[in-house]
Amino acid sequence: MRQVYLDHNATTPVHPEVKKAVAPFLAEQFGNPSSIHWAGREVRREVEDARQEIAAFFGCQPLEVVFTSSGTESDNLAIKGVAYRKGNAGKHIVTTAVEHPAIMNTGKFLEAQGFRVTYVPVNRQGIVEADTVRKAITKDTVLVSVMHANNETGCIMPVAEIGRIAREAGVLMHTDAVQATGKIPIDWKTLPVDMLTFSGHKVNGLKGAGGLIVRKGIELESVIHGGHQERGRRGGTENVVGIVAMGKAFSLLRQGMPEEVRETRRLRDKFEKALFDRIPEIVLNGHPTDRLPNTVNLSFRFVEGEALLLNLDMMGIACSSGSACTSGSVEASPILLAMGADPVDAQGALRFSLGRGNTDADIDYVVDAIEAVVDKLRAMSPLFHREAKAR
Amino acid sequence: MAGGPYTAKVMDHFMNPRNVGEIENADGVGEVGNPACGDMMRLYLKVEEGKIVDAKFRTFGCGAAIASSSMLTEMIKGKTLEEARAITNQQVAEALDGLPPVKIHCSVMAEQAVKAALDDYVKKNPG
Repeated sequence: MRQVYLDHNATTPVHPEVKKAVAPFLAEQFGNPSSIHWAGREVRREVEDARQEIAAFFGCQPLEVVFTSSGTESDNLAIKGVAYRKGNAGKHIVTTAVEHPAIMNTGKFLEAQGFRVTYVPVNRQGIVEADTVRKAITKDTVLVSVMHANNETGCIMPVAEIGRIAREAGVLMHTDAVQATGKIPIDWKTLPVDMLTFSGHKVNGLKGAGGLIVRKGIELESVIHGGHQERGRRGGTENVVGIVAMGKAFSLLRQGMPEEVRETRRLRDKFEKALFDRIPEIVLNGHPTDRLPNTVNLSFRFVEGEALLLNLDMMGIACSSGSACTSGSVEASPILLAMGADPVDAQGALRFSLGRGNTDADIDYVVDAIEAVVDKLRAMSPLFHREAKAR
Repeated sequence: MAGGPYTAKVMDHFMNPRNVGEIENADGVGEVGNPACGDMMRLYLKVEEGKIVDAKFRTFGCGAAIASSSMLTEMIKGKTLEEARAITNQQVAEALDGLPPVKIHCSVMAEQAVKAALDDYVKKNPG
């Protein structure tokens, strides 16, 4: 059966060059980068080369890159690291209603520790308006954290503008750029943020490695206490394989990103247009233009997302639905509900996220499949027939 | 073919649901669930001489909701009204070789749908 992967916001396939680059570190290059002898020295050099590549990609200094295990750990380090270090200056954090669980649940944890967290809303198109952040900042605010782009809708947030507002208020600014990285240009030199989260496996690297860029001079409390690794900012022997993979992935991205983005955007636009041309009653969840070039989130009215997802899976198509079935009811995606989406339409939402390797033939196959599956499920849907009769 | 969290039986009834549709001038119609909560089922019954001779459904919902609806229609066909009313959600789930714990509510919806359709039948045929 044909397999088409349209879930690149969940994870991406490992780039063949990355696979090649890590091979020695699964065998002969086993040393601990902290060892001063021959076995460690060479591995240390590779880890630092990776740091350089990543710094070159973002335009930061290598010393500003802290390696972690994941985007989630980086978010924890940014939020808790500031909260615990700056907690005496004030116990208020401003973030948004559409953040990744790594931010949301860290916020909730800190609330239980006596912090106050404001989750600012988004507008109907899923964008955080800078002014709502401005209004949420108080004299007790120590940190603003706003994602660069949303994982479910691809909506791009005005992070530069919000960063300037935070600076004017003398408040530190963090952005979770896990989804934005590699899809839209990010320039650390001109971006007024103090910390930025990235992840390796979203850019054709390996799972288990991520990082936090921390602007020089900013001190964070550690989340993982241990050895002196990462200049004392994150204990634990480095995930050498994951770090080398990230280094390679970012070096490839630095060369190939404009072309890859152009191709992904072309395919995504073709996909989106074909669906709107051929299937009635679909709703775009997210901003029409301020959106990642690879992402489209659509509600297929009168049908439910998991039923769509499973049917497509049976046809070899991998995509994602934001809804999570919990005991007693299927809850629509909190992200879509925060945008003010119709709660019934939100049940029928699917996210398609394209990436490296997708082709025109993939898109043609998937559009045909979606049309067939939506027809089949609508024929079964009492909501569809009620709507048809009402006309 | 098993798919994700579901048994082969669930996948069969989900991918090839039995008795989808509507019965014109149905003797009993039951509608339960709430689409904002993710599922809704409409069940149509044809009753002759105290027995369910035909059943059709339309369901908005996840794989388990559609499979439970399909299985329920198969289970109630040929049953007396009393037998149909006695069907429990556990029986629907068991007939599907089980449902994941978070999907048990889908079988509850099927049980409620048949009870609602039977109530409608009684209302239309008093005495």
